[in-house]
Amino acid sequence: MQLRLLTLVCVTTGVAAFAAETDPKDVTYDDYGAIEVSLTGVTGDAANGALIVGDKSKGNCVACHAVSNLADIPFHGEVGPMLDGAGDRWTEAELRGLVANAKMTFEGTVMPAFYKDDGYIRPGDAYTGKAPTAPLTSILTAQEIEDVVVFLATLKEE
Amino acid sequence: MNTKAITAIAAILVFPVAAMAGPDEENLVINDELEMTSVTEAPAHLENLDTIYSGWHFRTDETQALQIDDFDNPAMIFVDQAVDLFETVDGAAGESCASCHDGVESFKGLQASMPKVDAESGKLVVMEDLINKCRTDRMEADAWKWSGGDMQGMVALIGLQSRGLPMNVAIDGDAAPFWEQGKEMYYTRYGQLELSCANCHEENWGNMIRADHLSQGMINGFPTYRLKQAKLISRHNRFRGCIRDTRAETFAEGSDEFRALELYVASRGNGLSVETPAVRQ
Ligand code: HEC
Ligand code: HEC
Ligand code: HEC
Repeated sequence: MQLRLLTLVCVTTGVAAFAAETDPKDVTYDDYGAIEVSLTGVTGDAANGALIVGDKSKGNCVACHAVSNLADIPFHGEVGPMLDGAGDRWTEAELRGLVANAKMTFEGTVMPAFYKDDGYIRPGDAYTGKAPTAPLTSILTAQEIEDVVVFLATLKEE
Repeated sequence: MNTKAITAIAAILVFPVAAMAGPDEENLVINDELEMTSVTEAPAHLENLDTIYSGWHFRTDETQALQIDDFDNPAMIFVDQAVDLFETVDGAAGESCASCHDGVESFKGLQASMPKVDAESGKLVVMEDLINKCRTDRMEADAWKWSGGDMQGMVALIGLQSRGLPMNVAIDGDAAPFWEQGKEMYYTRYGQLELSCANCHEENWGNMIRADHLSQGMINGFPTYRLKQAKLISRHNRFRGCIRDTRAETFAEGSDEFRALELYVASRGNGLSVETPAVRQ
């Protein structure tokens, strides 16, 4: 019995360590909305993070936030605060929580949750206006969240 | 909560005044003579805004200019077509609108009170419903498509008869349950982006969202001529577009949900002049 339980535990943790990513429904936020553990275990790629932040079809973060580092992308919004210096203001765990689901940090914020796949009112099939035909996926993948987090961490104001 | 309210107030105080100094703080005047109320005190039922603005104030100088003179307003082509349609016999009954209605001027004032509850059926009706009822029941003609050119041209022509009059839709009595339904929708955070109409048009009006300057989302100028699409845009089509942009499943044009939302949104603009047909980018 004891032994079997132990093996089982080993197997499960083993799976968790290798199974690349934490499902959106299994993410643990701390009391302030931060996520301590990487969603994938793979360090993010800041260059790809920058692309996601600027890309309309991805994060489209610049729709609401201005980012001086991305000045080559036209039309930055003013709905959210400027992201310059976000890497000074927030730890990596806090940034991960903010990008995954900012509502855990700022209750009721207009900022969308990028790592969440249920609990919506009339979700659609992306921007078609139609009902989804397949199960919803989060707007960004686990690795894309990690990429954005690493990019945000580079936004320092010296 | 508190900080957000403060931010919202700051946005209201700082933004429009700073970014819209000059002509934009002045009221809209059309054809050098028709003085419109395009900025005014918010109606009493509106809790979160003090001042209401027509969408005209948020557009570029070039787009604004197209609306201040009817000769430059591209929507007028469609209005002229509707003038002809008004006289055109269609349907099995062999009648035109003009057979029964003593000129389109007889509809003066109607737009300012739309949508309204139909006393007979108890249903909330919008202008498209009134027009299609005459087409199907009285002319025995086919109903016009909601956002089609014929329909929106006619909606614009009838709306134009009330241009300059203050919007004044009823929200009490029979209208109350529809108004409540529309209000509930206005504050519902639809779609995968979880954004309500209020998130954009009440909390963030005056702010840029990507390349768009957010207005208060008023409908006193609808149908509007949209330069991007080169045609008249119906109210329900605009609602559909905004909900689609939240990654949501939208409601249909001509749905009861959008009728209710139309009543609520119209009521937020009570006091602004009917501006039909407005011009947008
Ligand atoms: C629809 C608007 C919107 C979008 C899209 C959006 N945000 Fe935000 N974001 C906000 C708002 C508003 C706040 C401020 C929090 C509050 O008080 O509600 C915020 C806050 C933040 C903060 C903390 C602000 C600080 O102090 O630096 C970060 C970091 C951030 N967002 C990153 C992102 C990233 C990365 C994306 C895209 C993956 C994104 N946001 C997309 C609206 C948005
Ligand atoms: C056979 C007669 C007839 C024809 C043809 C007809 N209507 Fe009507 N219309 C009526 C009657 C009757 C009413 C209801 C009484 C009223 O409100 O004037 C009405 C009502 C309306 C109303 C609502 C007025 C209000 O104050 O609520 C509108 C708008 C309208 N018609 C537009 C049109 C248009 C546009 C056309 C042509 C496409 C048209 N009608 C063709 C007879 C007609
Ligand atoms: C993600 C942000 C967003 C949301 C949510 C949103 N809108 Fe909009 N809306 C816009 C933008 C951007 C425009 C174009 C610029 C403008 O006129 O404000 C617009 C324009 C409009 C207009 C045209 C205003 C004019 O003067 O031409 C109306 C009406 C409107 N919205 C109503 C609504 C309603 C009703 C809802 C909710 C069902 C809604 N919007 C939700 C972003 C949004």
